[in-house]
Amino acid sequence: MRSLGGVSTVVVIVALCVVVPCGSVLAQEMGASAADDGVFDMRRIPEVIGIVLFVAALGIAAYLARRDFPINLRSLPPLNAVDDAVGRATEQGTPVVYITGWGGDMARPTTMASMVVLGQVAQRTAEYNCRLMLPSHDPLVVSVAQETVSQAARAVGHPDWYRSDDIAFVSQSQLGYSAAVDGIMARERPGAVFLLGTFEGEALILAETANRTGAVTIAGTDSTIQLSFLLVACDFTLIGEELFAASGIVSGDRRILSAIMGQDWLRYLIITLIIVGAALVAFDMTDIGTAISGQ
Amino acid sequence: MRDRLAVITAIVAGIFMTVQYFLTSTGAATAYRTILAWMQIIFSFALLVGVLGVVRIHGKRFIANSSERFYAGVLLAGVALMVVLGFTGGIERGSPFLWVFDNWQAPMQSTVFSLLAFYVASAAYRGFRARSGESAVLVIAALIVLLGRVPLGEWLSPYIPDTADWVLHVPALAAKRAILIGIGLGMISTSIKVILGLERTYLGGR
Repeated sequence: MRSLGGVSTVVVIVALCVVVPCGSVLAQEMGASAADDGVFDMRRIPEVIGIVLFVAALGIAAYLARRDFPINLRSLPPLNAVDDAVGRATEQGTPVVYITGWGGDMARPTTMASMVVLGQVAQRTAEYNCRLMLPSHDPLVVSVAQETVSQAARAVGHPDWYRSDDIAFVSQSQLGYSAAVDGIMARERPGAVFLLGTFEGEALILAETANRTGAVTIAGTDSTIQLSFLLVACDFTLIGEELFAASGIVSGDRRILSAIMGQDWLRYLIITLIIVGAALVAFDMTDIGTAISGQ
Repeated sequence: MRDRLAVITAIVAGIFMTVQYFLTSTGAATAYRTILAWMQIIFSFALLVGVLGVVRIHGKRFIANSSERFYAGVLLAGVALMVVLGFTGGIERGSPFLWVFDNWQAPMQSTVFSLLAFYVASAAYRGFRARSGESAVLVIAALIVLLGRVPLGEWLSPYIPDTADWVLHVPALAAKRAILIGIGLGMISTSIKVILGLERTYLGGR
């Protein structure tokens, strides 16, 4: 099963839309004892509405994508630079180092997005017979990364290229991890370094070390604080959501690309709400907002 | 079949975790806590696999008499020492394990962290070179904020701290919130794709 089929997708969308608001009924059928203030947390109604809107937007976007609706996405320079960076490392005879950051595990969407880009980088490095190293702080990330790289190598017809020892757990400690990755970069002098994932205080240590080795650095993170460091320290940076969009673009799957279109519709909705909210405040009409929110 | 089972598990778990967030029942809370406990147990075993992997890789380097033999030896000795100290003397206050941690590992971590100050300076030097219009804006904004955060700024002009606050709380915060909204949308979208079975990165790209 490559993914759920069209009918199954609709079933899951409907299930999410129906099950979430009907959570109280579900819980009662499970025999759960209710809290004093009811089974369903009424304070979270706005979040339910948000989820329903989001699922509906993604569903409509997926439907349109299946009907060959054009999906226009701007190009992302960091993605375009992947081939050049891997090619440069290959010409220099140096490895490519891929770092997913210390801040994220496999449950984090950012790490999932990073793994999709890793698949593309692994395909290029396998095609060019360039060594790919991925030191990680999380054994589960290592398992997924090993499988991703192995699959990528098989996909381009170079299964022998894959070396499991190059994708390894190094340390769970933040600064121990930083020291280990710094050591790898200092010894191996990589031609390209990818910093894609969730980073914390180690971001600048890693980015600057990569820069000092002369590597092409391509970064992307969802951490707004570390983003400012990566922007000044790296050659190319995927800003925030661009990392998620990049994973969709890399996959080339229209169903995943359609999700970016759905996200954009919601972004327009949020912008509209912000403008309306600002106008209400500017014209001292906050009573309307209070009446709507009930607070 | 293995992939199908994994996808179905992700869908069921995703829907359940979404639904339980909106429930106040003790049943849902208990199930949520149980799942979190399972995750910790799974991670503990995964960590053990990770440590065994480290020992295997560095053991091979040590035996192979490579240029990294010394470093591999130090790492293996460190792992062995902490395991022995942990099992023989415990990890409570006053134990040899904690003494080694506090007096060896903590200073080494502090040393690595202290490098950050130098890296901030070198990154700032490169980032603040006004090579374009955008860089010039960055430099000017950074100078105002830096001056506004130290007594020198207030001594030069009382407007500098106010301008620094305005830069931080209006344009910078607006940009940060815009990025956060985008990240939030991206995260929710990815999560829903996982629940729908479209995003299957956790299977290793299959």
